[in-house]
Amino acid sequence: MEMKQIEKRLIMDGSELIVESLARSGADVFIGYPITPANLIYSYSHERFPSFFAAPDEISTLQWMCGFSASGKFPVTASSFPGFALMLESVNMAYMMELPMLIILVQRLGPATGTATCGAQGDLALLNGMISGGFSLPVISISSMKDCWELPNKAMKMAIDLRTPVVLLTSKEEIMTLAGFSISQLPEINLIKRNYYSGSETFVPYQTDDSLVPEFLPVGNTYHQVRFTASTHDKKGIIQNTSKEAIDNTKRLEYKHRQNLEHHLYYEYDRQSGADTLIISYGITASAAREAARLLRADGKKISLLIPKTLLPVSPAYFEIMNGYEKVVIAEENLSGQYRNILFGECGNKNVVGVNGIAEMITPSRIIDEIINI
Amino acid sequence: MKDFLTDAALPFCKGCGHNHVAVNTEKALQLLGYDPLNVVLVTDIGCHGIIDKSFLTHTVHGLHGRSVALATGISAALNDPGKKVIVFIGDGGATIGMQHLIDAAHNGFNMTVVIHNNMLYGMTGGQPSEFTPSGFKTPTLPEGGTKTGYDICKIISAVDGVSYVSRLEGISDFSEPLAEAFSRKGFSLVEVMEICPSYGVKSNPGMKLSNVVENAGLSIKKFVDKETEVYKTGIKKDLQPLFSESDAIVTLFPTKLEKPVRLMLCGSAGEGVQAAAEFLLKAGMTSGLNGIKKGSYPVTVGVGFSAAEVILSSEEILYTGSPNPDILCVTSADGLEYARKTLSGMKGGKLFIDSSLQVPETKAEIISFPFRERGGAKNSSIYGIFYLLMKTGMFPMEALLGVFNENKIAKKFDVDKMFQLLNEPWAEGMSDKKMTVSK
Repeated sequence: MEMKQIEKRLIMDGSELIVESLARSGADVFIGYPITPANLIYSYSHERFPSFFAAPDEISTLQWMCGFSASGKFPVTASSFPGFALMLESVNMAYMMELPMLIILVQRLGPATGTATCGAQGDLALLNGMISGGFSLPVISISSMKDCWELPNKAMKMAIDLRTPVVLLTSKEEIMTLAGFSISQLPEINLIKRNYYSGSETFVPYQTDDSLVPEFLPVGNTYHQVRFTASTHDKKGIIQNTSKEAIDNTKRLEYKHRQNLEHHLYYEYDRQSGADTLIISYGITASAAREAARLLRADGKKISLLIPKTLLPVSPAYFEIMNGYEKVVIAEENLSGQYRNILFGECGNKNVVGVNGIAEMITPSRIIDEIINI
Repeated sequence: MKDFLTDAALPFCKGCGHNHVAVNTEKALQLLGYDPLNVVLVTDIGCHGIIDKSFLTHTVHGLHGRSVALATGISAALNDPGKKVIVFIGDGGATIGMQHLIDAAHNGFNMTVVIHNNMLYGMTGGQPSEFTPSGFKTPTLPEGGTKTGYDICKIISAVDGVSYVSRLEGISDFSEPLAEAFSRKGFSLVEVMEICPSYGVKSNPGMKLSNVVENAGLSIKKFVDKETEVYKTGIKKDLQPLFSESDAIVTLFPTKLEKPVRLMLCGSAGEGVQAAAEFLLKAGMTSGLNGIKKGSYPVTVGVGFSAAEVILSSEEILYTGSPNPDILCVTSADGLEYARKTLSGMKGGKLFIDSSLQVPETKAEIISFPFRERGGAKNSSIYGIFYLLMKTGMFPMEALLGVFNENKIAKKFDVDKMFQLLNEPWAEGMSDKKMTVSK
């Protein structure tokens, strides 16, 4: 009981932590269109962000964000599937222009407008394929209240370091649930500094070094001409058909994410020596997976747990971990096992099983049953 | 005089009005003495959009019809009336992005939109746009338009916040009227009428631009020229953190639970279900417990069921779901409907249910009480949580009372009367009787 006296426990929700974390990280502007269950992020941002814009729709939201990003400001929005679907073309634009920004996607039950007030994990397959041409959009997933504090900062840093839109993936249950939460041990959130091109030679907007990430300059600066282009373009940002330089530039968009992934790789690996079964889960279902692991261990069963947070692009590190187990159980709150399919395809793998469902949280007992049945 | 265009030939077809727009834009910016790096040209998809490479300004080339929205972001971010944001958009783009035009004009975002209106989609084969006027033919509309096209100048003139609107014919030198538009602070729009040499001329042989404009009933004139307020982006300073350690909840009534307690409150919207659940959570925390609370309700606020789940535990709460609550408190018919699925799955635990409701089949222990009658519908959830705490004693009553009394609801609430009613032997008797009946 003495510990609890010392701890500074507050009643808070994940949205509050996310917004405070982003504000401390230096995010400049929140632009949003309201949608359940992302509205808490919207209202906290109104209170906490230096600038706030209520856009008239989600296409405008993303376009305004692109304008802010092209001008050197870091924009954030939060939405849910119906709104996010409208953003899709503009996210592709931001990706092609290489504009850093953060999109918080709060998952709810679909299809279509589904049930706005019911949580879900149904959008990962969309995120995996939404950049036309087989490109990866970075997706960071929140799996705890602590993640709500730490990961927005890391996702924002990834967006800036790699010059790309990043999706921070969460769900209704994670960001609307009130919890008694200790803020005593929260690590400090550091302001993320932006580096701009400072050379005297002509600025070439999409020229890169070995990092494959071009240096940045905002439009409106009075030193160098800047071009941003959504269509296939060369290093100067000038539209091309399919010239080699332009297609190499387009391919680079994927390569830069793969090459730099290890610097932005976040996961929890709770390894138990002697375990032959690994539970993998992310997002809201990670809470059921943690509880399942605790209960199984209390029963004397050896079990390991992997909670990937950098979901996309998929890191080879996850396969290396999985290779150490005879069985893998992947739990997620969607009908078909979207991450399982991303990892193993429709054909699957005989050693890998899914625990899936919609419209209610996956329970620890369902995960345990699957493991005991194995 | 600074160049705004490169020396290379412009990328448009011979005779295309887009050439004139580019050349006159350069001339207009020169007239106003702009530096190219203080100008941001935003274009999108359509023939007009391939002009980027010819301009020595900053250029941003975006999606079809979205250039005004993209420019809105740039304009709001630059937040500097000394910078000139110019949007080039076609009649097709203005059709698909009409909302963006209206919104930018409405808010007075600082930019000039130049609509290249050649009355058809030139890049994709000459299909009609919503700007195609009556009688004007295109390759896919050989019989000619049957409706009047959009009069964008009239539409935008009707929007509060717009500073300048004009329509002109895209021939010869129109740099001065263009410069006039560029010089206005806030939102300005110029519609430049053109005929596409590839599709418009061929589909309408011999037709002159001035005749098309006249036949369409479009006026070549200045529609609006007034002082307006320029949008200014607010940048707040000295923002306060959303939370601080001073808000921390102090443990006043140290309590130990042998195992976690999962509660579910089910009632109707407007009957204090969410507030009651939050009182339980906070009271649990002042009792030294860990806790979570979440709500479920239909999308429409204020109608239908309202349900809340609370988990209290001496241990860390890993899983935040409550598929089988230990305590279920149902205070209304809406709440009962919502709770049916949970009730049928309960293998034990306690059901506190309002006496007015028919008790469904369940394995939970049933404790019936007239919450609605005693406390009134509005307070039924508050009565519910005090009653269930009296019966379960999972943490000290002082903790809940302390939390409740701090809340504004308590000011209009007679706590003594509630305890009197909750303890009334008659009520107990009623609940026992109901229990007997239901069994």
